[in-house]
Amino acid sequence: MSSDCLILAIESSCDETSAAVVRNGREVLSNVIFSQIDLHTLYGGVVPEIASRKHIDKVNQVIEEALDKAGVTLKDITAIAVTYGPGLVGALLVGVSAAKAIAFATGLPLVGVHHIEGHISANFIANPTLEPPFGCLVVSGGHTHLVEVKDYGKYEIIGRTYDDAAGEAFDKVARAIGLGYPGGPKVDKISNEGNPEAIHFPRAKVGDSGYDFSFSGLKSAVLNYLNSCEMKNEQIVVADVAASFQKAVIDVLVGNSMQAVEQYGFKKFAIAGGVASNSHLRAAFEEACSKRGVEFFLPPPILCTDNAAMIGAAGYYEYINGTRHGLDLNAIPNLRLGEK
Amino acid sequence: MKILALDSSGIPASVALLEDNVLKAEYTINHKKTHSQTLLPMLDEIKNMTELELDSVDAIALTAGPGSFTGLRIGSATAKGIGLALSKPLIAVPTVDAIAYGMYGTESLICPIMDARRNQVYTGVYEFVNAQDKPEGIYVTGDEHGYEFIVRMPQCAVDIAELCDRLNEFNRPVVMCGDGVPVFKDRLNELLKVPYTFAPSHLSLQKAGSVATLGAIMYRKGMTQTAAEHSPEYLRLSQAERERKEKNGL
Repeated sequence: MSSDCLILAIESSCDETSAAVVRNGREVLSNVIFSQIDLHTLYGGVVPEIASRKHIDKVNQVIEEALDKAGVTLKDITAIAVTYGPGLVGALLVGVSAAKAIAFATGLPLVGVHHIEGHISANFIANPTLEPPFGCLVVSGGHTHLVEVKDYGKYEIIGRTYDDAAGEAFDKVARAIGLGYPGGPKVDKISNEGNPEAIHFPRAKVGDSGYDFSFSGLKSAVLNYLNSCEMKNEQIVVADVAASFQKAVIDVLVGNSMQAVEQYGFKKFAIAGGVASNSHLRAAFEEACSKRGVEFFLPPPILCTDNAAMIGAAGYYEYINGTRHGLDLNAIPNLRLGEK
Repeated sequence: MKILALDSSGIPASVALLEDNVLKAEYTINHKKTHSQTLLPMLDEIKNMTELELDSVDAIALTAGPGSFTGLRIGSATAKGIGLALSKPLIAVPTVDAIAYGMYGTESLICPIMDARRNQVYTGVYEFVNAQDKPEGIYVTGDEHGYEFIVRMPQCAVDIAELCDRLNEFNRPVVMCGDGVPVFKDRLNELLKVPYTFAPSHLSLQKAGSVATLGAIMYRKGMTQTAAEHSPEYLRLSQAERERKEKNGL
């Protein structure tokens, strides 16, 4: 027991207030998530000031509950890990300030964690045998990154979005076809009843590398299609639009990822982030990887959404690699992966 | 009794330690650097300089608002984190009260103003009354050889013109202080009909020594909160909530 490393992790980068206790980077003793989604649904998206206020209301409760559920007290904890970017600055500051205060009051070491590194590390929890190197696609409402995971805590971004994140495109299109917020799960569900080949939407190619993404053109194409149907008085089949849009997103995500698999020679590939919960995306990656003899990893949906357990996993590897932050740690809304 | 106090409601960051009514430390920085970078290092500094055992602290006092939303949350999350780790209660001191308390003993009314944008100020009106007159109020200590700190108008967000009307109605000399003074100086010169003065900078800032002292009075009266239940007092809805209410005609 004494050689165990217990990380208390805190995550508040967007609209989930979460705290977790993770043992040795892989075993989740607790993962408490307070989702504010109902609050933001009223506004059709996350309102930063409201999110920040809710984080303050909930931060102590989720931390106390995480400790309780894990059956530990702060005396058992080895280090505190906290997301310090990227994300909404006001939201991040709540978790960062609380984590620093606890570190100050207990004397425990403090480790700042990159949010994307957390998402990637969710795979370490879900798959105890997974070790770097591997390729990873991180897709969420705020991020679309194709990453080479060289080692624990060592990353290279090989592709990123030029404009909207994939999840953002889901939200915007869902709003346009009247499905409402949050768009991801709703598009996923209704697509089961639609024909993904019904409408051909463009698959954007941007940049020279072939690894970058762009989703704003696709979003515009969907909006143009909806407008032209309206002008021509044609019936819009929502399920077909959703399925065809989703197929276009997935084709690009899988296409760029598999190009990376081939050129980088990845033997293992993982997905992470909120959009990695999408059932059609999961199936498409499963198939593409198995076709190439690549071992495929993915976290369960509860670890795809923003959560502190993944921060605890990433924080553990940062901690044993010697990362320490001071009491002047600040929230960095546009923090880059690999930046320390 | 030991009270650790902090304020990050405006531009200044301030921390203090009060022990048995003696101010052991106060550290204030009035400089544009984010509170996230200053507040905890400053707390750490006074802890080390006063050789404070954190476990011996009885409560954490903080300015609970109003103020900059982000600043309030940094202070709040910091106090909540310390309170959680030490299992100690919090004392939520109204920001404007704490600024006014720095003007101890004046016979004028005291009116701090904080710039709340959109032509508004966070403000309140206060007075020091001779204790022998036995006034009533939340900060009354019953100490006969001093002044009692009395709230004449509780802190609120109001238009600067409306505040001046209120002060004119009081028909008494007033000391103006707070970071709103330089912003609204011309309006005050134009609208105030009562004698008024502007306090110097050292009495115009949020200072944790005042927060700790008022906090100690509140602590003795049992006016504490658990760290978990504490939230800032913004005195204002978020913009999104306000616009939604207006749209729905509420």
